[in-house]
Amino acid sequence: MSVAASPAPAPTGGEARAARTERLRLLLRAPTVVGGVLVLAFWVFCAVFPGLVARHDPIFDNQFPTSLPPEWAFPFGTDTNGRDILSRVLAGSRSILVIAPAATLIGTVLGTTLGLVTGYFRGVVDDGVSRLVDAVLALPLIVTAILIVTAVGSSGRWVVTLTIGLIFAPIISRTVRAAVLAETELDYVEAARLRGERGGYIMFSEILPNVFPLVVVEFTVRLGYAIFAVASLTFIGFGVPPPSPDWAAQINQYWTLIDPYWWMTLFPALAIASLVIAANLVSDGVREVYER
Amino acid sequence: MIRFLLKRLGLALVTLVLLSAIVFGISTILPGNVGRAVLGPFATQESVDALNEELGTDRPVLTQYAEWAGGLLRGDLGVSLTKQVPAWDLLSPALVNSFKLALVAFLICVPLSILGGVIAGLRYGRLTDKSLTIAGISLAAMPEFVTGIVLILVFGIWFRWLPVTAQAEEGANALTQAKYLLLPALTLTLVLFGYIARITRAGVIEALESDYTRTAYLKGLPSNVVVRRHVLRNALPPTIAVVAVQVGYLVGGLVAVELLFNYQGIGLLVYEAARQKDLPLLTAGVLVIGVVYLVVTLIADILYAALNPRIRLGSAE
Repeated sequence: MSVAASPAPAPTGGEARAARTERLRLLLRAPTVVGGVLVLAFWVFCAVFPGLVARHDPIFDNQFPTSLPPEWAFPFGTDTNGRDILSRVLAGSRSILVIAPAATLIGTVLGTTLGLVTGYFRGVVDDGVSRLVDAVLALPLIVTAILIVTAVGSSGRWVVTLTIGLIFAPIISRTVRAAVLAETELDYVEAARLRGERGGYIMFSEILPNVFPLVVVEFTVRLGYAIFAVASLTFIGFGVPPPSPDWAAQINQYWTLIDPYWWMTLFPALAIASLVIAANLVSDGVREVYER
Repeated sequence: MIRFLLKRLGLALVTLVLLSAIVFGISTILPGNVGRAVLGPFATQESVDALNEELGTDRPVLTQYAEWAGGLLRGDLGVSLTKQVPAWDLLSPALVNSFKLALVAFLICVPLSILGGVIAGLRYGRLTDKSLTIAGISLAAMPEFVTGIVLILVFGIWFRWLPVTAQAEEGANALTQAKYLLLPALTLTLVLFGYIARITRAGVIEALESDYTRTAYLKGLPSNVVVRRHVLRNALPPTIAVVAVQVGYLVGGLVAVELLFNYQGIGLLVYEAARQKDLPLLTAGVLVIGVVYLVVTLIADILYAALNPRIRLGSAE
């Protein structure tokens, strides 16, 4: 790709807008990004209007004969509770599309703040927090999440959202910190210090706008991981509880019956796959456009 | 090199102490009442109190931590609540199983990923590169259980080529065990391919653009020699570091895969401990997973430094 939206050190309002338009134009030119956006839009539409897309009720038991393999009337078959799986798959995007962005947002806000503070003040604060971050990162996300959920004593949507947000915070802070360290070397930060501005102002009004593209990239990348984490936690039974039509919750309920009732597991699994691939195509496109 | 080693070792120890404090902190402080959390809302107050006393959770947190950490230093990881045996007796066989799975996964995954990364790097920007990269990142972002379910369906149920559980019978020979491990290992291969191939690809591209590669071409070396002697030698050290770090993920991060394939690794053990609210076993398991990760990254750093003369011969930084 040829023309770059060059991020000037201190863009004026007009330049910043031009850069944004340019980025959007570049984004929409990549077919993979457009494909990803379309798939995401489809699942968001399903999450907002489940009643419009699902022909049958996704939750009530025994509406139909149980465990029918896919046929004309039930393209995805029915489950052991006598529900239409197509309707459940179409209605199943809602939980993950609320929990994953919410968790990522919590993680991004906390992590960015932490990254600004440690990168700006350095010294003891930075060393201490960095070691803590190291320690948290020594555990796989899913293991930390299991520990927290078990210790809290209850799972469910809220606990999962907060848990994943909290675990993301140190990871995001590390990326932001590195960028802030580089920014504090620049003249405009020194100038603000000499003007006698306070640390809080310098961090949030001077440095933050300059590292913001990085925060956006980090958000989209983490969003992919959040979908991964929410689905995995729900699959092992520590996330969204049944009878929610959430895809991973369906898999959690039916995967032990995969032989011979494969359709109860395969279709929700394919739905997760489509969401994950779409989210990644988009985040990869965003990263490519912002990091040039 | 010695200074680098000492510094790195010191950092690992500090991280380990903090890790133990975090793990212990989460397991103790959050619930407020461990006995209630373990026994559930319908247990009588007496039984809750009795359990709290047995576990020692009615004492101040710092005393508890000191005692627990003291036990750790003596190699005592605590006693499982549900099984009433030392946690280590349950953890060590699970750890061995996890390493076995990691080994089989690596034997398949690493050569494939490096090959994929080198091919993508050499064909940078072309269709081969783009397809490999997109397939790689999509598979890497896929939750393991989704990949695993598709593989189980295709190879285990529709074609019936491979066993769908990973646990071979007791006393099975190595070959049979490997056959049982094939499906979960393939699942992990698909997940890891993207990570490893991406790093190799980046290394290859960087090396290809460098002056020494240009010089090598200009002095008339044939391209396969340039690739072998100049490009690969510079592209591989970062890959090795990434591969080593993935061991940390393979040992412990595989809760979903081990559950899906019913494989008695440390991930499944941690999952079961959490299900049964066996907090001592859970905290011990989580800590062991963290220690494995720290040790593995330590080895990876040292390996990377040993392969990279700029660090090997340079200062402690």
